[in-house]
Amino acid sequence: MDGHVGASTSSSRLNGSSGGEQRKQQNNYGSNEQVDGSILDVPNVVIRPARRRARSTDATIGARSEDGPRVPRELNPEELDEEVLKYGAQHVIKLFVPVSLCMLVVVATINSVKFYSTTDVYLLYTPFHELSPDPGVKFWNALANSLILMTVVVIMTILLIVLYKQRCYKIIHSWLILSSFMLLFIFSYLYLEEFLRAYNIPMDYPTTLLILWNFGVAGMMAIHWKGPLILQQGYLIFVAALMALVFIKYLPEWTAWAVLGAISVWDLIAVLTPKGPLRILVETAQERNEQIFPALIYSSTVLYTVLGAKSATTSDRVDVENIENGAEQSPQEAEGQATSSAGSASRTGNTNNVVNDDAAQAAEGMPLVTFKTNGNDAGFTEEWSESRVERVRSRQIEVQASNGQNANRSTHYRTTTTATETPQLEAQERGIKLGLGDFIFYSVLVGKASSYGDWITTIACFVAILIGLCLTLLLLAIWRKALPALPISITFGLLFCFATSAVVQPFMDSLSDKQVFI
Amino acid sequence: MTLPEFFGCAFIAFGTPFAMFVFTIANDSIRIIILIAAAFFWLLSLLASSLLWFALVPIREYLWFGVIFSVLFQESFRYIIYRILRRTEQGLQAVSENPGVIENKHILAYVSGLGFGIISGLFSMVNLLADMSGPGTMGLKGGSDIFLITSATQALAMILLHTFWSVIFFNAFDINNYFHIVYVVVTHLFVSLITLLNANELYIATLLPNYIVLLATAALAFKVAGGSKTSLLRFIKCQ
Repeated sequence: MDGHVGASTSSSRLNGSSGGEQRKQQNNYGSNEQVDGSILDVPNVVIRPARRRARSTDATIGARSEDGPRVPRELNPEELDEEVLKYGAQHVIKLFVPVSLCMLVVVATINSVKFYSTTDVYLLYTPFHELSPDPGVKFWNALANSLILMTVVVIMTILLIVLYKQRCYKIIHSWLILSSFMLLFIFSYLYLEEFLRAYNIPMDYPTTLLILWNFGVAGMMAIHWKGPLILQQGYLIFVAALMALVFIKYLPEWTAWAVLGAISVWDLIAVLTPKGPLRILVETAQERNEQIFPALIYSSTVLYTVLGAKSATTSDRVDVENIENGAEQSPQEAEGQATSSAGSASRTGNTNNVVNDDAAQAAEGMPLVTFKTNGNDAGFTEEWSESRVERVRSRQIEVQASNGQNANRSTHYRTTTTATETPQLEAQERGIKLGLGDFIFYSVLVGKASSYGDWITTIACFVAILIGLCLTLLLLAIWRKALPALPISITFGLLFCFATSAVVQPFMDSLSDKQVFI
Repeated sequence: MTLPEFFGCAFIAFGTPFAMFVFTIANDSIRIIILIAAAFFWLLSLLASSLLWFALVPIREYLWFGVIFSVLFQESFRYIIYRILRRTEQGLQAVSENPGVIENKHILAYVSGLGFGIISGLFSMVNLLADMSGPGTMGLKGGSDIFLITSATQALAMILLHTFWSVIFFNAFDINNYFHIVYVVVTHLFVSLITLLNANELYIATLLPNYIVLLATAALAFKVAGGSKTSLLRFIKCQ
């Protein structure tokens, strides 16, 4: 934020006159957002350019309000674009790190624990086990299996919609909590057991139970209730990695590839069809003006602040207010914050962001959730998201406290513009979100590639997925609407996986055999 | 013994590039993205040359053929990424938090070159490294027991060379210096073709010329990037 804030303020000064224009833009954006939200479902990369915009302006506001509150702060559209992109670069990295970590966990496990790279037990959803040596039969088996799995996904989505339409929140909540409970306890136990077995480490049951109990309870708390953000992120990554390992372990080989393809196609369909189930879900959520299960997603920032603000007012209204009032609204929104002017200014930024997020998020989060649920794996994320409301509430207090800190910090940085402090602030103020399902299927792809024991293929897949993610984010910045994160990345990943293992690897093998370097 | 060998070779090949990455790239998100994009382009060039090698079944045995085409493909993809980076320079300027990225145009060249180098080094070394970690090792039953360490050394040379080549290459296209372009392509061909001798275990004959080329290329890249004797002296004396 260091550079940015400075830049944005200066630009705003320059363009002070074009304030009205910008406002209009923002309004438009807001309306766009809703559409986007509906489009965006499934495992999405949710960078909200909109949000970012709002944020950048917010940041400006904050700075401004210090000097003299409510000076018309404006950026012309181009500059806004730049802002968006600027934040984009950092956001991309903020996604790269967790995605890479998740893949790393999966690849390391696949390579060290043989249990996960052999399939001997099968899921209920894949009745065809591909035992025949005939590729034709295998092909049909894989096709049938993936069809069944996708059907399950679709049915679960519809079930979720029905439940949501009927306002059966308790059922959905318990569903989510149950699934995260299973992942954190049972699957973690399995993982621990196989890990210990692979390294031939003896461990008695009391110790195991103690470790598992602590791990699981901490995870449930971090995911559903409250806990440090980094802990929550860590648990989400681990849970995604576990789920990916489960897929790798229990899906027959060809089926795994077919499912990867089918899931990304489903992703596309859900985004493109106007009457897609996810879209309905989102629209309902918007009608009710609530964020449904906003959190089947990994978020690089604290969301709680947002929620708190949101609870105070409906998101739409807030948006408008923000736009209109700039700094003024902060007292309204930020409930119970009594702080210095600087503090309130900074908070305004936060709340604005938050609010915008909410609208977007409600839209986004939902679909994600749905999707996840479908994938059977979904439970954890959903739960997380769902419980968020409560969590948020409980956290509000915390947030308030941290806000105070923020305020201090922000004042500080304003005066000094030190590089070290700004990043922190940024991290808190704007976030990027990626569905946990994306984590899972990226990791499935890379893990599956590495299960053949060839590191070249693994690295090629990894690079291809990251580039796919980059392109998705770029498109996001260009089109300004939420996009599914799976199709591009998975297509690239699959292409490079097969091309590398079929064509490149023999070439590289013959080269490194003779120690020839190119 | 296998584990020390693994770590030793890994650090020989990737220690320097890793340090370069940590100190010059890791702090700037836009550079990381460019690095990965460059790696992706290198992958594309490798894919193209492998496809060609794969399609021409009759001459698959002759590695020199594949090597020549691979080098040409790599250089053309280097040109493509040069075009892309120069075209998107304005955009990059907007995106990056650090205005220096565009201010000094060698930074982009350096970053993309390092991306090329790291991925090519990874591709040539990673399977060897996996084998190195055990249970067997080279040289017990035939074969040269310095196979792995020479591979690692050669990989380091290639990574650094790619970085320097990119700096020279980008600058050469900026100022239309065809001599430098030819230099890059020719030395790349030379370095790659001479490694064919490794098959006969003539390690001195390959490593020595390659490191001489590396030093010459480093000097040229240094000069191209605006360095001079005095600036080098100043750097050494920490002035």
